[in-house]
Amino acid sequence: MLRYIVRRLLLLIPILIGVSLLIFFWIRALPGSPAEALLGERATPALVQAYRQKYGLNKPIVQQYFTYLKTTAVDRDLGVSVASHRQVWSEIRLKFPATIELAVAAMIFAVVLGIPLGFFAAKHHGRLFDQLTLVGSLLGISIPIFFLAIILKYLFAVRWHLLPSVGRIDVTANVKHPTNFYVLDAIITGDWSTLWDVLKHLVLPAIALGSIPLAVITRITRAAVLDVQNEDYVRTARAKGLPPLTVDRRHILRNALLPVSTIIGLQTGLLLSGAVLTETVFAFPGMGSWLRDAIFNRDYPVLQGGILFLALVFVFVNLIVDISYAIINPRIRYS
Amino acid sequence: MRGNLRKLALPLAALCVLVVASTAGGASRATTLVFAGAADPTYLDPALVSDGESFRVTEQIFESLVKLKPGTTLIQPALAKSWVSKNAKDWTFSLRHNVKFHDGTPFNAAAVCYNYNRQYNFKGPFQDASATYYWQTVFGGFKHNESADLSPSLYIGCTAHGKYSVTIHLRTPSGPFLPAQVISSFGIQSPTALKKYGADSGELRNGTFYPTGSYAFSHPTGTGPFKFVSWTVGEKTVLAANPNYWGPKPKIKTLIIRPIANNSARLQALQTGEAQGIDLVAPEHVGIIQSNSKLKVLNRPSFNVAYVTIHQGTGSPMNDIKVRQAVAYGLDRASVVRSFYSGRGQVAQEFEPPQLFGWTNKVTKYTYNPTKAKQLLNSSSCHVPCKVDFWYPTGVSRPYMPDPKRNFEAFSASLEEAGFSVTAHSAPWRPDYVKHVNDGTAGDLNLIGWTGDFGDPDNFLGTFFQTYSPQFGFKNAAIFNILSKAEKQKSLKKRIALYKQANIMIMKYLPAVPYAHSRPALGFEKTVKGYVPSPVGTDPFEGVSIGGQ
Repeated sequence: MLRYIVRRLLLLIPILIGVSLLIFFWIRALPGSPAEALLGERATPALVQAYRQKYGLNKPIVQQYFTYLKTTAVDRDLGVSVASHRQVWSEIRLKFPATIELAVAAMIFAVVLGIPLGFFAAKHHGRLFDQLTLVGSLLGISIPIFFLAIILKYLFAVRWHLLPSVGRIDVTANVKHPTNFYVLDAIITGDWSTLWDVLKHLVLPAIALGSIPLAVITRITRAAVLDVQNEDYVRTARAKGLPPLTVDRRHILRNALLPVSTIIGLQTGLLLSGAVLTETVFAFPGMGSWLRDAIFNRDYPVLQGGILFLALVFVFVNLIVDISYAIINPRIRYS
Repeated sequence: MRGNLRKLALPLAALCVLVVASTAGGASRATTLVFAGAADPTYLDPALVSDGESFRVTEQIFESLVKLKPGTTLIQPALAKSWVSKNAKDWTFSLRHNVKFHDGTPFNAAAVCYNYNRQYNFKGPFQDASATYYWQTVFGGFKHNESADLSPSLYIGCTAHGKYSVTIHLRTPSGPFLPAQVISSFGIQSPTALKKYGADSGELRNGTFYPTGSYAFSHPTGTGPFKFVSWTVGEKTVLAANPNYWGPKPKIKTLIIRPIANNSARLQALQTGEAQGIDLVAPEHVGIIQSNSKLKVLNRPSFNVAYVTIHQGTGSPMNDIKVRQAVAYGLDRASVVRSFYSGRGQVAQEFEPPQLFGWTNKVTKYTYNPTKAKQLLNSSSCHVPCKVDFWYPTGVSRPYMPDPKRNFEAFSASLEEAGFSVTAHSAPWRPDYVKHVNDGTAGDLNLIGWTGDFGDPDNFLGTFFQTYSPQFGFKNAAIFNILSKAEKQKSLKKRIALYKQANIMIMKYLPAVPYAHSRPALGFEKTVKGYVPSPVGTDPFEGVSIGGQ
């Protein structure tokens, strides 16, 4: 197992070099530069030229890439945002916890609801509950996230005033955030009213963001349970006279969860990088809305640093998923 | 299984009850005002920023020698009680007594000189335009310029006469100097705090300026009506009323300014009570606010201009004044303003907004007249149908031009009616369109505009027409001279006359056709009183109250 983990970690090096190449050349293939994007009406030809020189954009592209590689890998410096003038790394430290919290909340919503729904749908295969679950999951996949987000927000925040519409926390609260994980901070300090406030701010974005994983997890769970419940070992367990709940839990669900855990891992990675629309609609200050703005501003340091960081996280999440296989199913061993 | 469901049902029901029982946590507290802008400040050292969101905060913490009368572009005393200049080169300010910075440092002539000299002596990374945009806009260069692109500094020194009188010396006479001092970048900061918290340390990283001291992030110290409390990036900036403020004390105790980039999200924060005031209301949201009995719309006085560039150059039909006049008569500006500005625009007669001095009603007016346009064309070098390339931007909405495509379509139709044959071109605003406009490669005509930085006509007319620019390809030595003279003129009366003359000549020779001034909107809860929007976007909060305070 250890050898496997080390090998996977070593694989990170070519992956990250590949990602850095892709990001670097993709960004520069976009028309324009930070100069035109930031100066707007004030972008006179002389100013644009001065900006290009300042950012080193007039140097040969290969030279630019190696400079970027050196500052990132050797100096471990992700640079400074062209738009906000803040260090990219300190921005990541502020924004990534928000996205993590949102992604985890969305995934908890999807898993807590999706696995039971898929399980019960399979157990009631062909009946009304199954049909409704199938239609529901189809809708979950089909409805665009931003549309669902707008509807949820309009109903629960604007119309009924049940939940907040923007941000991570009530701004009038005077609370310190030592880790920037607001849920964690509130738990550590035992500040339950803040915890409640932070959770309320997470509800609507998490439901909007979790709608697609919910649908996917429901369908995969349903299919896996249908598959597993007809296996010989399940029949044997039943024939042995084991209580139905034990058969469901230990023999069906445990085996059915293997493909589900893969999906959870993949979807978590996607949620981390795919929260752009949800974060924008709910003014949730995470990585997604930050990277979206960076594309508009042609903010090269933010795009390069932010995407590289997300790629790293994505690879790690997948590694953890692979390791979790062995825990869920002891028959799987890596060498 | 049924038992399991029952077990699940209980916590779920409890959760629902809790959600329903709690409200959205609106921030309506009579002494706290939550106001939403579009973004975080960049830093809180006003000398180092140039964006409106930074100024929204620094304007409350810092004061300059002079300020704008609320809601206007008229200069009035701030930290200076009065001022005098005999030659527009040496400006003597008489300072307010018994004013203290938030850290207890006394405000005096030495502090004023320290602040001006600080910027004048900036070196290295601080001479980058991303660090000192407004110093460079107003004063040009520094004491020791490190780049050949920088011009000699207009500012050359400061003399303190005792504690409460100070003279600022300029290299050449400058009319716009005084109006420009209202910019927050010239706010007077506590010399003690600047030194203590490393305000003068910074570096250029990958070409971008970055302050390395803590002053600009967590210790901004001025004399203003609000004191800095905290800044949580992406969440809020918190300011508290300054109990020792020399002027009328703020009516609210706490001011929270939060960033909400998305227009709809900002509107909804107002609707839910998560913000009591919002700026940058999208034109399509104005009706929604007006239809809500608890909300109101405030109008920001117009301080922008949308115009159609007329590009002149080798072989261009626009070199002929009659063709340019035909364009002016052929653009149905009144219809465009009526149809696409949601009642928030007015037809622009000239290039500066009516609030600014120098505006005159005596300019040539070009009311839509297709017949006259055709007559002009037929007597010109470009007979009917006169072929023109007309550019407009896509993927953008500007305060002065909310819907460029529809503006273009309407103008294109009216020009066709007036004898032109229009070929449409479009380009995405970022980055192609603006580049083409500024390079003079965006056809014969194109849509563009400008939002003013400070209350001086030089910031409008001087920016466009004081020298030759490839955008217009327009050469008129007489107009260039008038604008240069107006810039250096010490007498306000004479400056006004010169700018009026310039406006008349510009509208006579038509390097472009101005078509709209728009009034941006702000949204508030009706309980918020005393907010006066500024034309330049830096609104004071000290007079604001909530409810019956």
